Amino acid sequence: MTTFLGMPGLPVATERGTLRGPDTFPVAARKALGDTQLRKNLGHATSTIRAKRARVVGELDDWEELRAAGAAIKADVMARLPELLVQLEENVTARGGHVHWARDADEANRIVLDLVRAAGTPDDPVTSVVKVKSMATQEIGLNEALAEAGIAAVETDLAELIVQLSDDTPSHILVPAIHRNRAEIRQIFLDHMPDVDPGLTDEPRVLAMAARAYLRRTFLAARVAVSGANFAIAETGTLAVVESEGNGRMCLTLPQTLVTVMGIEKLLPTWRDLEVFLQLLPRSSTGERMNPYTSMWTGAPRTSGGTADGAPDGPQDLHLVLLDNGRTATLADEAGRQALHCIRCSACLNVCPVYERTGGHAYGSVYPGPIGAVLTPQLAGMHGHGADAPAGGDPVDTLPYASSLCGACFDACPVRIDIPSMLVHLRAKHVETAQAQRRVPGLPASAENAAMSAAAWVMQDAGRFSFAEKGLQLGRLLARDGRIRSLPPPLSAWTTSRDVPAPPAETFRQWWARTRGDRS
Amino acid sequence: MRIALFATCLADAMFPRAAQATVVLLERLGHEVVFPAGQTCCGQMHVNTGYQREALPVVEHHVDVFEAALRPRAQGGDGVEAVVAPSGSCVGSVRHQHAVVARRMADQGRADAGLAARAEAVAARTYELSELLVDVLRVTDVGARYPHRVTYHPTCHSLRMLRVDDKPLRLLRAVHGLDLVELPDAEQCCGFGGTFSVKNADTSTAMLADKIRAVQTTRSEVVTAGDSSCLMHIGGGLSRLRVGTKTVHLAEILAGEGWEAAL
Ligand code: SF4
Repeated sequence: MTTFLGMPGLPVATERGTLRGPDTFPVAARKALGDTQLRKNLGHATSTIRAKRARVVGELDDWEELRAAGAAIKADVMARLPELLVQLEENVTARGGHVHWARDADEANRIVLDLVRAAGTPDDPVTSVVKVKSMATQEIGLNEALAEAGIAAVETDLAELIVQLSDDTPSHILVPAIHRNRAEIRQIFLDHMPDVDPGLTDEPRVLAMAARAYLRRTFLAARVAVSGANFAIAETGTLAVVESEGNGRMCLTLPQTLVTVMGIEKLLPTWRDLEVFLQLLPRSSTGERMNPYTSMWTGAPRTSGGTADGAPDGPQDLHLVLLDNGRTATLADEAGRQALHCIRCSACLNVCPVYERTGGHAYGSVYPGPIGAVLTPQLAGMHGHGADAPAGGDPVDTLPYASSLCGACFDACPVRIDIPSMLVHLRAKHVETAQAQRRVPGLPASAENAAMSAAAWVMQDAGRFSFAEKGLQLGRLLARDGRIRSLPPPLSAWTTSRDVPAPPAETFRQWWARTRGDRS
Repeated sequence: MRIALFATCLADAMFPRAAQATVVLLERLGHEVVFPAGQTCCGQMHVNTGYQREALPVVEHHVDVFEAALRPRAQGGDGVEAVVAPSGSCVGSVRHQHAVVARRMADQGRADAGLAARAEAVAARTYELSELLVDVLRVTDVGARYPHRVTYHPTCHSLRMLRVDDKPLRLLRAVHGLDLVELPDAEQCCGFGGTFSVKNADTSTAMLADKIRAVQTTRSEVVTAGDSSCLMHIGGGLSRLRVGTKTVHLAEILAGEGWEAAL
């Protein structure tokens, strides 16, 4: 079952569109930037969580050592992934669990659907499952796939529930409803939550209690739970979920059947490695020293766990679905594979000046922000700007450019993923792909490509460069009072909001030649 | 010390005062500045926009020019001990991108296998202005006077690629008569990002709006930084909105009020 691992496959194009949005980033961002409520919520939430994170990270004098250790462990995992996955499979199986391998989203969805169906009987089929917040199941579009088969998947993370009830999509990895306010949440509950008290107010506590009551009823009736996993320990076969609310633990302990869908990169070699990650993750993600709930499970319980009838406690039917979906292709790219080190803490989103202003929807992918900008193009594949690309390019192709390369993400990342360097690498890959497509006879180079080639020709020779500078000095004719207020496209994109100073009457090298030219 | 100036293409063509002030300052401190005439650009715009193949000859050219400057005079070089640029971003490109591009292009069979090591040797002796002053020349009080209210924007690449830390602030604090006001959220990017400012003009402008708001709360006459590119962006917004605050490169402040008389 493991033969395809480690062999580069083609990145998958997911049909459910969970990675490829409808619009290019600049177009989607323009819409988001005009949404006052979104801007206010995002600005508030990201600055609050940034401050919290900075505080708890500052408490540890060995934070940099922890980051280095986290990065080293992840690099080791990637180097030995096939072997460690087999070890994980052996240990999960030996302890009574079942392991399934999914090449792509469709295969994973089919496996989960079959498992859910098998948990019911013809007379009493399973019609709903409870879900622990999970990025992997969002990536494969599991809820939609189950819905098509007549099975309702109920999200139990409060924010995910809000998003789900309003038929919306998450905009943040950790705080999926970051774009909503209390009044909107109250209205969503009133409109979509079964048996909700019509007198509901928008007080946070009242809203939380309404969700609690609804979820308790759901938990007690659930026969199947679906989760993701933050970590899997190869040496023991243990799976781990960390969370804040405790709703995840309800899902992990109450139903009879538990299906966990996990990206193959979530692996850790040994139990001891958790020591590093259980410090890195909560401080980076929620800004807490420790998260309130850490659930770990190793196989199915075989001894009495103290239930009234003396039966073993907890889910008896345990499944682990190991998901590739473009990950082995990502692993094959030496300069890109670091994206697989991500532990989904979302610290990079919270410090990103682009994300802070556009929010997550602009990225069109379940993975937004800086990590999304490097992970999405690798999982989903970039298409270049060939003849059949939509106007403005393939949305995924625009993601590596959705960054000013300010580097804040790298500094915040608990596993030291060098996102800025990866963005530069992916931009080069994109341009090279586009150039290869343009080499088809009859297709002219793009205007940008032509400009870049011309600039490179000028920049490799001082004579050409100083000649070009003289041309630039003619720009003084466009200036009034020392500034230029309008330039033709594509530079008009600059001058719509910013002036350009008039070029100087004398360039530096002209001045040098005039005053010190005899010296070198 | 004999120092080669890498003026950077942007300062050379658009903001010569930053490079001129660097020359005037270093000469006033008793150093000898040479300007290798063959120099052009570090290639950062190409690299950061994805055009690494096009960047390659620009990178090669930069390495050729400054390798020669660093070579002892006995071997036909300029015999400089260090290269300085009035830009954190361009030094960041030299230090963190040239070797990367050289290796990638060597893997594709486009570049000489030895280029990366040569680029690293040049990069090891290339400094941003505040690094050169504080770390190499070991001076923080450069003897300048600048009686104005000034706020400092730490540019992203000087801060996070070069880790210049508070070196520019230490230099500014030692300037006589200068009233230094802290910029709120100083470490937030101004939104320039090279071609990002055009490809994602709306997002870039949203970032700039917040930077301008922060500058305005300081009621400064001058906003300074170590990069002409970021200053062009911030200044472009300040000018469009007629804020009245002007942008002045760090080198011009360190050269001291009235430095233009030396031009
Ligand atoms: S890339 Fe780093 S900072 Fe961003 S979510 Fe992943 S682990 Fe966290």
